Amino acid sequence: MATEAHKSSGMGKDLIVYFCMLALAGIQFFIAYQNISATQMFERMLIVAIVEGGLALLFFMHLSENRGLRWFVIIFTVAVIFGMQYGWTDSFRLSNGVPWAH
Amino acid sequence: MAEPAFSVPAKKMAMWLFIIADSATFAGCLVAYGFIRNATPNWPRPFHSITNVAAMTVILLTSSLTMLIGVRSAQMADKAKAFRWVMITAVLGVLFAVLHIREWMGMIGEGATLFHNPWGTPLFGSLFFSVTGLHLLHVTGGVIALIAVGVRYQGGRYNADDLEITGLYWHFVDLVWMFVVPLVYLLNLAH
Repeated sequence: MATEAHKSSGMGKDLIVYFCMLALAGIQFFIAYQNISATQMFERMLIVAIVEGGLALLFFMHLSENRGLRWFVIIFTVAVIFGMQYGWTDSFRLSNGVPWAH
Repeated sequence: MAEPAFSVPAKKMAMWLFIIADSATFAGCLVAYGFIRNATPNWPRPFHSITNVAAMTVILLTSSLTMLIGVRSAQMADKAKAFRWVMITAVLGVLFAVLHIREWMGMIGEGATLFHNPWGTPLFGSLFFSVTGLHLLHVTGGVIALIAVGVRYQGGRYNADDLEITGLYWHFVDLVWMFVVPLVYLLNLAH
């Protein structure tokens, strides 16, 4: 009985998270039609994607239930992804700083 | 017997390590895509409609929910229901792949290939097909895994933990799509 109650409350939470993620995906599509610069669009969409991904990680992949594993995954993944950002300055140099850019 | 790391069974930990490594692979692809897109003036914006990609997004998100229902049913020892929901998830995965291929065929029909496209820099086709192709490969692998694990679970060879681990992979595929859609499709909408 208690397990049934736990199961139904778990499903309720899953449904709420599912609809939140659908709404966030909808917001991304909405942002795509805004009259803003590509940089602003990129930033806003990335923020929404990170929130959406966070919900999936915490609730669909149950990271919210295991604190140790949560920090392990976050620190490891974020460190690797941040490590990949070193080339952006060169990307901007290519688009703005080289003779054939303009 | 030593306590497993983070009190997580070895098989589940192995899946988490795979997911971390795979997220680095996708991040590498998306960062490379972003680098080239940023450094290329007049990047093509060939997407006129978001209908197909919106349908694909809803299908993949819904498949994550059906997978959760399947895993919860397995944890409640409701074998038939768990098998049914895992198979529904696999069907949604197939539907996603069909729409994905339809999207590709449309692009190819307009003249886009890996090394050429009618809109400008040839790198667009290389990056579009590489990033979305890598994701499609993951979806295809996931569908095969869902069917294989689901059938073995039904046959009594696998248990609810195995379904949960396969579910982790499936949710990861869904998670990656949340980043692919804005970066590859929505930022390249023709206005």
